[in-house]
Amino acid sequence: MAETAAPPAHPDERLVRVGPLARLLTRPDIGAFVGALGVYLAFGYFARGVDWLGDPGIAANWTDQAAQYGIVAVPVALLMIGGEFDLSAGVMIGSSGLLLGYLTTHADMNIWPAILLVLLFGLAIGFINGYTVVRTKLPSFIVTLATFFVLQGVNAAGTLKLTGQTAIQNIDSASGFDSARRFFASDVTTYGFKVKVIWWIGITIVGAWLLAKSRFGNWIYSAGGEPNSARNVGVPVARTKITLFMMTSGIAALMGIIEALELRSMQSKEGIGLEFIFIICAVVGGCLLTGGFGSVIGTFFGAAMLGMVQLGIVDAQWDSNWTYTFQGAILFAAVLLNTAIRARMRRAR
Amino acid sequence: MAELKPLVQLDRVRKEFGAVVALEEVTLDVYPGEIVALVGDNGAGKSTLVKLIAGVHQPTSGQIVLDGEPVRLSSPSESQRHGIEVVYQDLALANSQPVYMNMFLGRELVRGPLRQLDRPRMAQETRQLLDELDIRIDSPRQTIRDLSGGQRQGVAIGRAVHWAQRLVLMDEPTAALGVQETKRVEEIILRMRDRGRAIVIVSHSLDQVFRISDRICVLRRGRQVGIRATPEVDADEIVSMITGLR
Repeated sequence: MAETAAPPAHPDERLVRVGPLARLLTRPDIGAFVGALGVYLAFGYFARGVDWLGDPGIAANWTDQAAQYGIVAVPVALLMIGGEFDLSAGVMIGSSGLLLGYLTTHADMNIWPAILLVLLFGLAIGFINGYTVVRTKLPSFIVTLATFFVLQGVNAAGTLKLTGQTAIQNIDSASGFDSARRFFASDVTTYGFKVKVIWWIGITIVGAWLLAKSRFGNWIYSAGGEPNSARNVGVPVARTKITLFMMTSGIAALMGIIEALELRSMQSKEGIGLEFIFIICAVVGGCLLTGGFGSVIGTFFGAAMLGMVQLGIVDAQWDSNWTYTFQGAILFAAVLLNTAIRARMRRAR
Repeated sequence: MAELKPLVQLDRVRKEFGAVVALEEVTLDVYPGEIVALVGDNGAGKSTLVKLIAGVHQPTSGQIVLDGEPVRLSSPSESQRHGIEVVYQDLALANSQPVYMNMFLGRELVRGPLRQLDRPRMAQETRQLLDELDIRIDSPRQTIRDLSGGQRQGVAIGRAVHWAQRLVLMDEPTAALGVQETKRVEEIILRMRDRGRAIVIVSHSLDQVFRISDRICVLRRGRQVGIRATPEVDADEIVSMITGLR
């Protein structure tokens, strides 16, 4: 039986041979890694005023910035692979930080139960996003855009009413602040590497493991790539998507907590605009806008790349307004590259 | 044969979509080891009936009875839990995933305390199943996109056979296939019947219906026109039942 089904001795001549190098380059994470390495070396040249390549203090700076992007970019990438967007991921950072500030400075809570409440708040917003998308079948682009604007208004008006200012100050007056800060927002080494960077790496590892090794990861791929087929064979597509939205908002809330602890105060406009940065990281990491394809490891390198650009432009003593232009150029290059790679993969088959 | 109990019973099942009656009062018993063909013109309600049993839609009135117990099949996974599998017209395959993953999609095997995907075991069990059913695919690790139409059909049917404890529903399983591939798929269907599963097959090809079915259930514009034992009718009678013309 097994003999009759064995593959034919000579392979199908219709199949094009793909070399190992070409095969390697079609992997989204490798592309992002090569890009990040290129940006790193480029600033080694342009930022000659400082020891860009060798100084750990400088690496501490850009990894801090990259972690700021990369932590939330992980669930945003998973969500994109699952076929959905979350435009409210940026503003959620502000909402969560402000809520933490309110609970500790105005409701006089200890910081730890306040942190727990903020995380639950994040999960709840994510559930609302996900449930609305699944039930109404509206594009998540629209649903989360609405959430974005609603929260933006709440952040600004709420903060003003509460404090008469545009920020909540003195979060460090909360009891338990120091222990929480050590856990979420301290420096790790003498060079000033932030504990945030460990969170970034840890969340990336968990995200990558989930995607590659777990049933949930398999469901993410099929929910994004072939939702109808997935639903018909019994994959819980709705539950998968709602979980992804909750992960995104929940981790955005974690980011808000980290920032509030680090800065000891929270601006009402915090986080706005970051939602697009997260999406850029995910796209650089190989995530397709149509879902069903992408990489968490690639997203990690996407965040690293954007962090380096942000700090490298300063260290090269260029006008920092160029940062946006660079981000745009990186996004465009990544999309072109992804499209080319996909076309190549299809041809290779 | 009298002691055989029906695996699936439809009892005066009716389905309305808003003001449209898609299906009125269908009653049908399906027994183990038999193939029931569902025939009728476009819009006769065949696909609606399939979707009711598959758990995609729920009947407006009437009930679906399994082992003498009325059940509510509220979702595809609910139907699957009752041992009912569907081979959809569009096959419901994840084209970018390997064959073995399609076999187990939604019911992946896991191992270890972290419950990670057991890819080697899924691939191995898939290989076994493909060999048993004589579905010719080089490797269970091939991507669906790389397969021919007949091979894809084989994967979809193999998946149904693997999981169905009770009933396999097939919506036009050979509509997109050539002569050779159709023959092979029909052989697989007959082997499945010999394993004691009940099979309901929707087909437009009367030749095929007469080749493989045991009974024929005819629908016309949502109404059940009649059920005939295949050896006791000829094609002319079935055609006149389908069209309503004498």
